Amino acid sequence: MGSHAHAPTAPDTLKARIREHLGVNLNHCYQCGKCSAGCPVAEDMDMTSSRALRLLQLGDPALDRKVMESEGIWLCLTCETCSTRCPQEVEVAKVMDHVRTEALRAGLAHPRSRDILAFHRAFLDSIRVTGRLYEIGLVANYKVRSRHFLKDVALAPKMYLRGKLPLLPHLIKGRDAVGRIFAKTLGKGR
Amino acid sequence: MSRIGVFTCHCGENIGATVDCGKVAECSRSIPGVVHSVDYKYMCSDPGQGMIKEAIKEHGLTGVVVAACSPRMHEPTFRNAVAEAGLNPYLCEMANLREHCSWVHEKGEVTTEKAADLVRVMVEKVKHNQPLHPIRVPVTKRALVLGGGIAGIQAALDIADAGHKVVLVEKSPSIGGHMSQLSETFPTLDCSQCILTPRMVEAARHPNITLMTYAELEKLEGFIGNFKATIRRKARKLDEKLCTGCGLCIQKCPQKKIPDEFNEGLGQRTAIYVPFPQAVPNKPVIDTANCTFFKSGKCKVCEKMCPTGAIRYDQEDELVTLDVGALVLATGFKVMRTDKFPEYGYGQDPDILDGLQFERLASASGPTLGVMKRPSDGKEPETVVFLACSGSRDRAKGVPYCSKICCMYTAKHAMLYRHKVHHGKAVVFYMDIRSGGKDYDEFVRRAIEEDDVQYVRGRVSKIHREDGKLVVKGADTLQGGAPVEIRADMVVLATAVQSQDGSEELAQKLHVSYDPYHFFAESHPKLKPVETNTAGIFLAGACQAPRDIPETVAQASGAAAKVAALFARDELTREPVVAVVNRLPAPTFSYCVGCFLCQSACPYQAIEQEEIKGRDGSVLKVVARVNAGLCQGCGTCVATCRTKAIDIQGFSNEQIYAELMTL
Amino acid sequence: MRIGYYPGCSLLGSSREFDESVRAVMGALGVELVQVPDWNCCGASSAHVLDAALAAALPARILAQAAAAGLDEVLAPCAACYNRLVSAQDSIAKDPRLAKEVEEAVGAPAGRVKVLNVLEVLDRLRPEIQARIQAPYARKVACYYGCLLVRPPRVVKFDRPEDPRSMDLLAAAAGATPVEWPFKTECCGASFSVTRTDLVAKLSGRVLEGAVKAGAEAVLVACPMCQSNLDMRRPEINARLGRDLEIPVLYITQALGLALGLEPEKLGLQRHFVPALARV
Repeated sequence: MGSHAHAPTAPDTLKARIREHLGVNLNHCYQCGKCSAGCPVAEDMDMTSSRALRLLQLGDPALDRKVMESEGIWLCLTCETCSTRCPQEVEVAKVMDHVRTEALRAGLAHPRSRDILAFHRAFLDSIRVTGRLYEIGLVANYKVRSRHFLKDVALAPKMYLRGKLPLLPHLIKGRDAVGRIFAKTLGKGR
Repeated sequence: MSRIGVFTCHCGENIGATVDCGKVAECSRSIPGVVHSVDYKYMCSDPGQGMIKEAIKEHGLTGVVVAACSPRMHEPTFRNAVAEAGLNPYLCEMANLREHCSWVHEKGEVTTEKAADLVRVMVEKVKHNQPLHPIRVPVTKRALVLGGGIAGIQAALDIADAGHKVVLVEKSPSIGGHMSQLSETFPTLDCSQCILTPRMVEAARHPNITLMTYAELEKLEGFIGNFKATIRRKARKLDEKLCTGCGLCIQKCPQKKIPDEFNEGLGQRTAIYVPFPQAVPNKPVIDTANCTFFKSGKCKVCEKMCPTGAIRYDQEDELVTLDVGALVLATGFKVMRTDKFPEYGYGQDPDILDGLQFERLASASGPTLGVMKRPSDGKEPETVVFLACSGSRDRAKGVPYCSKICCMYTAKHAMLYRHKVHHGKAVVFYMDIRSGGKDYDEFVRRAIEEDDVQYVRGRVSKIHREDGKLVVKGADTLQGGAPVEIRADMVVLATAVQSQDGSEELAQKLHVSYDPYHFFAESHPKLKPVETNTAGIFLAGACQAPRDIPETVAQASGAAAKVAALFARDELTREPVVAVVNRLPAPTFSYCVGCFLCQSACPYQAIEQEEIKGRDGSVLKVVARVNAGLCQGCGTCVATCRTKAIDIQGFSNEQIYAELMTL
Repeated sequence: MRIGYYPGCSLLGSSREFDESVRAVMGALGVELVQVPDWNCCGASSAHVLDAALAAALPARILAQAAAAGLDEVLAPCAACYNRLVSAQDSIAKDPRLAKEVEEAVGAPAGRVKVLNVLEVLDRLRPEIQARIQAPYARKVACYYGCLLVRPPRVVKFDRPEDPRSMDLLAAAAGATPVEWPFKTECCGASFSVTRTDLVAKLSGRVLEGAVKAGAEAVLVACPMCQSNLDMRRPEINARLGRDLEIPVLYITQALGLALGLEPEKLGLQRHFVPALARV
């Protein structure tokens, strides 16, 4: 009768965890490159999505590390063009999300991703406290985190003049509930 | 008193590694009625069969159970052996220890117990078996070939050359199929029409072949050797006997702007038309959906022009019934159209073509007479991009399979383009190059090495128009997925090969299996590649799976050989597994009460009414009778019969109950 | 018609005019918007980058709040919010373990509220819109959908993923002539507005150039990120392109509002960086 294939994927790899958490089987990728071909930022990446998928597909912790250390994963805009057009229906953008989460937890995030990370962290800080985004707080927090104090200084007054920059945060009543959501999820690493 | 012999086979490791065959043989010895039980490594081998024959003689066996593989595999083997030893072959049964036991269970005691049970059940059945005799049916030595492409033409010619009558049915107005649309053929680059048209003419002239073009199969009844086919001959609106094919009607037809199917929409035709100049038969049809007369009631120019008075506006479709002994299905394929590609603009751009359209563009008989002109503005395209695997190997588009022919024809297309436009640039995006076949890889290498076609390994994500150019955004996976952007004048998508429209309905009409993509299924993927699961119906060409011309021709000849072998006999023997209505002495005559529910239930029209008459000729009772020639042994009538008057021979209620009661 | 309303954070701040124009148009069409009580931020484009459970839990609380208020349908005009809410529903439905984790964090199940984007709701009202046009928005427009309304198609299940049509039909109903152009669903650079303004200038520049090349006199959008990148980042875009593109970027609701005869101020048109009414 037919031979039985036993999954050779080592459990301690991104490939295995992506399969477990996202239900995405990286073996489906046949390296056609269509994800990179349509990626709006591929030409700015040090490692394209298709290259990253190839390295992850090999299920080797050393190669996983290479992907997590790349700058490319932080340039992904989650525009989902890749997942939409993938002929093998691999959810590439979701994979990128997962790799970023693990890269952060492992302390491998690329140095040039600092600003992007600072922004995301500042954003989440803002919601954690008030429940809603407080744009002035976000920008101030981002500037402190990123040390780009002079970035976009000209923009804020123009926004304020157009009524686009409320000075006070909106505090929701369910701030405790939101705080609890953060405490129970962020960085818990499923 | 029954004297049954049980023969347990190890099938090498197949059964032996999982089931304790010795123990099965031993257990079987204690079944009442079993007088002999042995096990052996390969029962189907010569020595194995010899053991059975000797045991029949030595022990005076009245029945045999071979506990081995599926009866689909070796029942004929063992029944022959039993017959050679002088026993009626239908007194031999098989217990399936392989597919039903060893292959589906782990090794263990319970598995062996189940195997022993399977034997016990079969022993009980054999005790109730009756000697049966094969049914003989005559063979109608005329074949029906459905589809007039190269597959159908080849099959028809081969059957006809073997001395048998063939009716070749083609749904379009001319035979020739897709091959007649092709420009050149790989890997030799010889002109497709030049090699095809002699075959078309030969088919038309062959004394054994009757052409029915512009016709479709309406209905098929009957069985191998004895099919009854109903063909719908669509109205050409023309008396074919009077028409000389002079073409005056076509010249004068006022409707000249109808998209031309033969040229894949790249050219235009008239309402009365022949699909292409070398059409066989060279007789026009009126496309009533586009004809001025049929739309508005006025015109009749063709009738006025016709020198022989052949136009028949009032002609209706005609149904023709034919007795045939065998069918060859050669209905071909279609290609996925460019509108199935949202990312390439939903087929809206005139300069994004599919492979068949490019064939017409490159063909000397095409709308540009073979000169490279792009459809949008007639300019010579200076950069052409070819996309292999367009829609194939693409589960998101519902086609996970490889279309097989695209690698080769894409190389051919790029080559033809470079031969026609010497300063032009040809770029092929591909995923893998599948060029298995005689001289095939050499052909692809020639395109790359000598004709300077640039191959880029990657798929294309998007095509859009900008500044008069088609911007093709792909990636080069040999450079780590680096984006590649090419500004092209024309793009050719090597779109997926798909099953012909209406394949599913046709398969259901013929009781032929089909795969999830509606390609017809062969009976065995390796050993019965041209047979279907319905005896007497054979397959040729791309209706079974994507195929190139040499493979199609070979398969068509294979199907023709099968038909010829079938027609070499005057009558066929069929398994006697058919329904019978019981007969009893007077005055009951039969349990049948003549309700004839069975007659309405029978899917094969195999049940007739029989009058039982007294000595004076008066009708005493009307009962059902089964026509053994038509009956397929499906058992529907048995289930419907309220008085249990019908049984299937070899699978009688008594036998089935005996089997079940053993467990 | 009465429908739940989730404005989201941007619509209270940098994209106020989207909130104003949605409310004005819905009001004019007789649609009552019921705000989801005490709603929180959906996590936008940041939560999912850092944590999948957080990215599902923040929307789950919003949906639970809506369900508790008895709302069956919620309009989320912000394309990012819409996408996050629908994506969270999808991941929760597909992953029972995540569902459990989220329910624990939120303290309530996410419920079965249907999330609608602004084009879906407007599409239902197209006959009313057509009937009430007073001042047709008669110009050539490029309808720009961006990423978040149409992708991933298996999750959002809205319109065609490439070359969508719904906004074009609405624009036509408002009296505009939608142009055919190839960048309807290209990415504008989204959340990189602050951190990688260079990339936003490049990507948004491509989109704007495409619109202008297609002959559009205005770009219509339904996403605050698209609007702010194409509008607020115009100096950076123009610097990169070396051109002086003045094409305004309006929310579809602003164009519809104008066509329905609403006051430009009520639609927040004065809040744009690139003058939106210059060519009226």
